Amino acid sequence: MFGAGGGTSSYREIEETDLVVLWGSNAREAHPIFFHHLLEGLRRGAKMYVVDPRRSTSAQWADVWLGIDVGSDIALANALGREIIETGLVDTEFVRRATTGFEEYAASVEPFTLAEGERLTGVPASVIADLAHAYARADRAQLCWTLGITEHHTATDNVLALCNLALLTGHVGRFGSGLVPLRGQNNVQGGGDMGAIPNKLPGFQDVEDDAVRARFDAAWGATVPPRHGWHLSQMLEAIERGDLRALYVLGENPAQSEADDRHTVRLLEGLDHLVVQDIFLTKTAQLADVVLPAAVAAFECDGTVTSSERRVQRLRPALRPPEGALDDIEILSALARRLGPDWGRPSAEEVWDECRSLSPMHAGMRYDRLEALGGIQWPCPSEDHPGTMFLHSRLWEEDPEKRGQPAPFTPVTFEPPLDELTDELPIRLTTGRRLDSFNTGVQSGGYASPLRRPEALELSPEDMASLGVAEGEVVQVSSRRGSITVPVHLDRTLRPGLAFMTPHFPDQADTNVLTLDTWDPKSGTAEFKATAIRVDRLPGDSGAAPVPEKASEKAGVG
Amino acid sequence: MTAVTPVTLRRQVELTIDGQAVTAGEGATILEACRAAGIEVPTLCYLETLAPVNVCRVCVVEVEGSRALVPSCSRPVAAAMVVHTASERVRTSRRMVLELLASSVDLSTAGRDVHRWIEEHGARPERHGPAAPPAERDHAHAGHHEPPEAGLAATVAQAVKRDNDQYVRDYAKCILCYKCVEACGEEAQNTFAIAVAGRGFDARISTELDVALPDSACVYCGNCIGVCPTGALMFVSEHDLRARGEWDESRQEVTRTVCPYCGVGCNLDLHVQDNRIVKVTSPLDHDVTSGNLCVKGRFGFEFAQGGS
Amino acid sequence: MDLRTTEAPPSTAERVAVDSVLGPPESGWFGGGRTALDGHVAIGGLSLARSRRHLLLPVLHALQEQVGWISLAALGYLCTRLDLPPAEAYAVASAYALFSFEPEARVVVHVCDDVACQAASGGDPTEELAARFGPAGSGTTVTWRPSPCLGHCEHGSAALVQVAGERGGCGSLAPFTARDMERLVALGSDLELGDLTTPLALVPQAGTGPTRLLRRVGRVDPASIDAYRASGGYRALRRALELGPMGVIAELKESKLLGRGGAAFPTGAKWEAVARNPLRPHYFVANADESEPGTFKDRVLLDHDPYALVEALTVAGVTTGAEKGFVYLRGEYPTAAARLEHAAAEARARGLLGDDVMGSGLRFDLEVRRGAGAYIAGEETALFNSIEGRRPEPRNKPPYPVDRGLFDKPTGVNNVETLLSTLEVLTLGGAAYAELGTPSSTGTRLFCLSGRVERPGLYEVAMGTTLGALLDLGGGVAGGRPLEAVILGGAAGSFVGPEDLGLPLSFEGAREAGATLGSGVVVVLDDTVDPGAVVARVARFFRDESCGQCVPCRVGTQRQEEVLGRLAADRPLGSLEAELALLADLDAVMRDASICGLGQTASSLVTSAVRRGLLGGEHGNGHAGSGGGGNGHGGGGSARQGR
Repeated sequence: MFGAGGGTSSYREIEETDLVVLWGSNAREAHPIFFHHLLEGLRRGAKMYVVDPRRSTSAQWADVWLGIDVGSDIALANALGREIIETGLVDTEFVRRATTGFEEYAASVEPFTLAEGERLTGVPASVIADLAHAYARADRAQLCWTLGITEHHTATDNVLALCNLALLTGHVGRFGSGLVPLRGQNNVQGGGDMGAIPNKLPGFQDVEDDAVRARFDAAWGATVPPRHGWHLSQMLEAIERGDLRALYVLGENPAQSEADDRHTVRLLEGLDHLVVQDIFLTKTAQLADVVLPAAVAAFECDGTVTSSERRVQRLRPALRPPEGALDDIEILSALARRLGPDWGRPSAEEVWDECRSLSPMHAGMRYDRLEALGGIQWPCPSEDHPGTMFLHSRLWEEDPEKRGQPAPFTPVTFEPPLDELTDELPIRLTTGRRLDSFNTGVQSGGYASPLRRPEALELSPEDMASLGVAEGEVVQVSSRRGSITVPVHLDRTLRPGLAFMTPHFPDQADTNVLTLDTWDPKSGTAEFKATAIRVDRLPGDSGAAPVPEKASEKAGVG
Repeated sequence: MTAVTPVTLRRQVELTIDGQAVTAGEGATILEACRAAGIEVPTLCYLETLAPVNVCRVCVVEVEGSRALVPSCSRPVAAAMVVHTASERVRTSRRMVLELLASSVDLSTAGRDVHRWIEEHGARPERHGPAAPPAERDHAHAGHHEPPEAGLAATVAQAVKRDNDQYVRDYAKCILCYKCVEACGEEAQNTFAIAVAGRGFDARISTELDVALPDSACVYCGNCIGVCPTGALMFVSEHDLRARGEWDESRQEVTRTVCPYCGVGCNLDLHVQDNRIVKVTSPLDHDVTSGNLCVKGRFGFEFAQGGS
Repeated sequence: MDLRTTEAPPSTAERVAVDSVLGPPESGWFGGGRTALDGHVAIGGLSLARSRRHLLLPVLHALQEQVGWISLAALGYLCTRLDLPPAEAYAVASAYALFSFEPEARVVVHVCDDVACQAASGGDPTEELAARFGPAGSGTTVTWRPSPCLGHCEHGSAALVQVAGERGGCGSLAPFTARDMERLVALGSDLELGDLTTPLALVPQAGTGPTRLLRRVGRVDPASIDAYRASGGYRALRRALELGPMGVIAELKESKLLGRGGAAFPTGAKWEAVARNPLRPHYFVANADESEPGTFKDRVLLDHDPYALVEALTVAGVTTGAEKGFVYLRGEYPTAAARLEHAAAEARARGLLGDDVMGSGLRFDLEVRRGAGAYIAGEETALFNSIEGRRPEPRNKPPYPVDRGLFDKPTGVNNVETLLSTLEVLTLGGAAYAELGTPSSTGTRLFCLSGRVERPGLYEVAMGTTLGALLDLGGGVAGGRPLEAVILGGAAGSFVGPEDLGLPLSFEGAREAGATLGSGVVVVLDDTVDPGAVVARVARFFRDESCGQCVPCRVGTQRQEEVLGRLAADRPLGSLEAELALLADLDAVMRDASICGLGQTASSLVTSAVRRGLLGGEHGNGHAGSGGGGNGHGGGGSARQGR
């Protein structure tokens, strides 16, 4: 946000905030220990609003749940912004001193009246107004989100729409007020921090900045290409165009994790050369020309990962890897040696020390300090710096000098999901995680979870009744991309017209056969969250038993 | 361990513990003051990460001017307080608490300290009589009980509960310290799958109407097991190794790393024996988890040792 | 909260019972039918859930009364309605004796077999029932079960009858004999609550002496606010409003009124501490959960003079700045509950409760909450937990209620007798009140006289009256037999003997004798009563009533009962000396290390019996031996076996 890509706040702040807005995040299941901190906040009296199409297990803790239609996030955010402006609840001094572009923003949200908000989101106007007022009036407020915001074709605009709200109300840069994107994997944050994104070098230093590149060139004794690279969705397009002919995949399983994964498999199959480095012979690895067996980072390797609160923490080897599997650093070094430069066999700490010498925000994070402090939050520019609990406090400085660059409002326009609902495809399928499972199940499939049940298409009781399907009945689910067969499971957290699946069991029910691979041009994230489907009973299945009447809602799943 | 922690300034309080002048921060408990002064006070239901419930009463001390003994784990220090941690009254009550527990609960997998305290205080559980045979305890009706069989000492002995793949609940070992209830409830997980049901000697840890864990709200975070002081709650992995006589802590190494799942960054302490993870815990003194994990962090390690 | 409740739907009766307390469901998310709006919004959250939790006990009562038991499905529905985890709801419900979790006979007769009825009957009052109607728990439509003291001690026998059904509830029968049981069995499924007659109160002093707290009992219509006012009612409230809070507190301080609950805390100081506490809101609670075996004064007062408590609680409220009061009433007192509710409704209708109390502009109202069979709920902090819908477990003190009590807010709590005494202070004036009784125990005191006494009943005497004089008022030992011992103060009290008849019944008098007035219990034992059996019953009582929270009480009360069982059976483990040493150690740890007063006094009657040689030793051997061997009281006969 406003520069470096990381959440502005710390977990501790959500314990001491006054209002939590959880938007497109089922943290209760996807980030359970973060949710502990959030619950502590609720116990201390914070109010919580949850924006989610489903009344998820997180939403069940909310004072108010706003059940928006899938993909209408920008409409809601803009309606909130308009209502805040309309009712005079803008933090005018913060906006004046610390932001730019307010007028344009105000103009852009003008069409989003409460009534229009209700029409576009399905949430009653009074409830939208209630959230707008509560957020603007709170002394401290945390706005948190996850993939419910980013797995849309408008991912980046969705995030910007939320940032606009924080700027409007001054809910950023203060203890207890901030913007909190929760990271889905243990080192998504660290990967970005280390430059594993198309446009940045380690420490969010722009690859197109000559001065920056010069330092890296000098340190590495090589020339860093002065251009942005491709993100995954662009790579897949490049493969399709024939521009990209060889791929080296480290610890990803795109053959199952990408939207419209059958298409992805076809692309991978068409490559000249595919190298996969993984701990398992994943579906992707099975397509590879060369597989490099890797050790398990978290359990068998030295190194660091970075969490959603920008905390860099140590990984330490506890297990000896199986015969033949090597630490990633060893594999990369060996590969480098065969390609030319001999890096030797640096230790993880040596690699880290090099990073510290090049990335100013990591400069102070010596291994022994990481050890002693239980991790350090970036930026940590020097070895006597304690790390940073929250970002952007400069925006509150009275001295313009210290305040620095103001934060820009970014007007964003609302576009509904691309995969339109029609009479033929009347049900909106959205996806998410279940507590005991993870992504495509490569890791989580290995343990005996007492919570685990087979993948199912979760449907509202109303839809089950109107389709005449019974609990457990196997049905055909079809989208514009393909069809799968899957059993049905009743989920009372869904409203009519909304269905839910997870990507956890691709071998049993390949959810991503259905999803749309259209991606956000700014972030490269595909629109996993909004698929138009139809559900058909399989031929030969006679009339299903009626859905059992049940008084209390079933929670703990979905 | 948050790097930037606003410092709360606390007034200092002067008190006397066992004749020794001691200074403690205002709001500190007597227990904290004792520990700072190097005085051992036994505890069972106390844990740094949980609000004290002060139910085991093994940490009681004598505070001059107070009629009854006071629980040191929860009573804050006060200026000019005079505390005795080893007076005859204190030793008698401690001995009896340990004796009452040892006579009614299987303490075989409780920590070494517990057995040391029993010995040091001269507790003699055998003087309450031979133990009554195991009994069904889950449906006792409050206010009614079978009269004790003459000559036998009632115990909490009962069948082991094993109704899922990850937990074993052996309530014959339960001292009812409430820690699991607190960890499952307000103090951490907020799932409230278990609570103390019934009352008196029939009080027990229970789901609603004793339904099996898979039918309860349990989400298998293992945080209850993480705080259990007696081994009444155990991971299947540990339980089975013990049953086979293969559990050997002297051969175990504990390595701290970060959970391989979501982006919260929970620290894991992997307990490894013979290159296999046999138990996963989390450090109590790390702000991110305070000892707590979720089901994935706690159990989702099998993929790294051929479980997939 | 993300609850998980059973899949099984509630029955119609269960739904109706829950809704009878909570009203219809607010939305499809909390037990109602799903609407289109529910698909897009839900109002819930922790603060809403917290604000509803106090309704748990009333809902459980409704289920027990209307359905007769609490099923998993019913629990699931009520938890959905209250946004409360089922394990928590079960934890609370299972701590009370009056709730069942399996289908029950439609009529459950709880028959008192506690010390006063035992003494009065000279044996186990349930023996004949067991012989004629089968062991406890038998019978499909009507069943019986032994019960701790039901608070009808002056009648010498009593039963509480739970009748399940649409218009279910409970009623009392006292005295209660096998003939009454016959009638109930004969009525069987036709039995209605109306078939149960409200027992009378025995107040032998009525009309004979200058009583204060008892002056209306039996003489003034308990259902008429006009009758109450015509007999002096609401003068104290008028006076309190004239004096203002600090004026009332000054009178109370001058009166030197001490709390009648056992701790003898100065009432004025307590009210002042609440009144001056800057935290808001304040609450005031009348503790009417009298469950001490041998105690029945609250029942008599509330059955027959309910307006007095309504007025007194109003005085307490306007004085301490509490706008909300609660009467926490024993679940076993259905008549008192009905009459209090009626009295409060009339007071409300007359503007004596509500937004403008007696035209003063001050706001005060009260709610009656019923316990459900838990002695421990009479401990003030356990009582707060009970009202809040939590397990009736005592809290650690400090913090004290005046700082953090009910709902964690400053709370005043007094028992009924204390509250009614404040009315006397206000009508007489503090100074005049202080003239009554002794200089340090001012005023009058109620005593519950029962057991082997000629005229059992509730007596009011000036503080300092001797025990002998009180017994004389009651006509002495029944049948003129020799006095063996008196249980003074209740199960948590102690034995005194014939040599103690000169003991002045005042706080200091009792203290000097190493005794306590407790709740004013005086159970008279003559030479036909086996003290060993009495002590064994008391040990069983504490074993049954311990909340189980702390180790000393939870295991100690079990072990104490075991030792007494061994002594009664004359089978000491090791030697008698070893057993007595064990009792002494149990006494030490329970007295010194228990959380609350229950555990701290659970051994006091036993210890007192040992000291007086009533158990074991040279005197006691014969008693204990004969108790176990001869009369079959000691070890617990089959009739005792609950379930």
